[in-house]
Amino acid sequence: MDIFAEKTILTVTRLTALLRGVLEENFEQVWVQGEVSNLSLPSSGHLYFTLKDSGAQLRCVMFKGAAKNLKFRLNDGLALIARGRISVYDQRGEYQLICEYLEPAGVGALQTAFVQLKERLAKEGLFDEGHKRPLPSFPHRIGVVTSSTGAAIHDILNVLKRRFASLEILLLPVRVQGEGAANEIARAVDDMNRLKLADVLIVGRGGGSIEDLWPFNEEVVARAIHRSHIPVISAVGHETDWTISDFVADLRAPTPSAAAELVIASSEELRGRMESLSHRLCLAMERQLARLEARLEAQRRALHDPTSLQGHLAQRVDDLTERLYLALENSVARRREQFERFQTTLLHHNPVRQADVLRQRIRLLSSQTERLMLLRLEGLKQEFGSNAARLEVLSPLNTLSRGYAIATQKIDGKVVTDVAQLAAGKRLRIRFYRGSAECCVETVEGVKT
Amino acid sequence: MATEKFETSLKKLEDVVRRLEGGSLSLEDSLKAFEEGVRHASFCAKKLDEAERRVEVLLKRKDGTFSREPFEPED
Repeated sequence: MDIFAEKTILTVTRLTALLRGVLEENFEQVWVQGEVSNLSLPSSGHLYFTLKDSGAQLRCVMFKGAAKNLKFRLNDGLALIARGRISVYDQRGEYQLICEYLEPAGVGALQTAFVQLKERLAKEGLFDEGHKRPLPSFPHRIGVVTSSTGAAIHDILNVLKRRFASLEILLLPVRVQGEGAANEIARAVDDMNRLKLADVLIVGRGGGSIEDLWPFNEEVVARAIHRSHIPVISAVGHETDWTISDFVADLRAPTPSAAAELVIASSEELRGRMESLSHRLCLAMERQLARLEARLEAQRRALHDPTSLQGHLAQRVDDLTERLYLALENSVARRREQFERFQTTLLHHNPVRQADVLRQRIRLLSSQTERLMLLRLEGLKQEFGSNAARLEVLSPLNTLSRGYAIATQKIDGKVVTDVAQLAAGKRLRIRFYRGSAECCVETVEGVKT
Repeated sequence: MATEKFETSLKKLEDVVRRLEGGSLSLEDSLKAFEEGVRHASFCAKKLDEAERRVEVLLKRKDGTFSREPFEPED
């Protein structure tokens, strides 16, 4: 059928189908670059957007099957390179690019995906420092999520072997690249948590291309790491490789070997701390004992050590002796002085001298006495003479001479002055002026008065 | 749990050492402190040595459970 023949009338459907055929045949695979606008992401999973530049715009669709493999997310304004075929959407009469592959213009698709996911997760708080848990200071069981044949587990085991680390290593083998790897890694992290198989997890792999490392940039892995209760060390590739896992993990190790070192470091630090403490404990005890011993020794010397005591005493003796001598000297000097004073005194009071003095005094007194005696004798002589003269006057002899007699008892010589003293037969002695006579009483006659 | 006990023990060891280093304890208290320290130190040492290096691999069974097997890495 010649559609350009005159007056051949086509239905809209027919024409549109013809146009679609032409376009599909000639634009089976095109690459086109433009800026994304009017992006629509319905629940069907298909992507609808418009690519435009300053002069034109192109309707684009990416069906669910292809969109599933998209590493990055579309957003309006994104400069995009799309590969696909041109077709027509009959119902609307619009031609459109059916996209099979998309990549951001300028940077690689993966790079863009990385940046986008990182931004999104950061906004969500998955990288928050507050969410990061410290590594256990004393991990016993290390769970490793990596390939059983890769460099990572090899390096980790090498480090632990070299450092003589006593640790339990539990490998949960997963694919670490290619389709499905991310899901395996995420599931492994979840399994480790569910079964509480480890104190700390190392999740990672050895070095590779950005595509090889890609599973560790997947959201599913990031989320599994984020919800892990076991602290996670992310160890992906080399020092310069940063993945989403690194940001979301509790600790990022530049390499798997470094992760192993980090795990050991904490327990080695503990061992070091413990050993240093033990050392300090012994040292402190030794010092304490030495200190106490020194004190004890000092006490003992003072109390019990006979030699020391002797020394001590000897010193005291010396000291005392010296003091004694000094005192003695002083004393002697004092005594001598005293003695001399006494001697002087003594000399003064010498009995010989005393005797002399006494003798002199006696002599003196003797002569005085003699003189006084003589004087006294003289006096007495004179007194006697006058008294004798007076005696003569008073003497009964004078009375007797005048004829009186004195009668005395013969037995006791008592003068008889009363007749009552007499009785007949009593013997009397009668004294006369010259001589006496013994008489006997014949009778007694009272004198009547 | 063992980790906590270890940490507690280490902390106590630290306290004991500090007290003993203070030097103001009596002989009896010093000995007590020392004994306590030795106890904690040997506990910590035991805990540290308890872990033996063991490398195992978890193999997932068909029913979804895991079995452990010694792991020998290929050189």
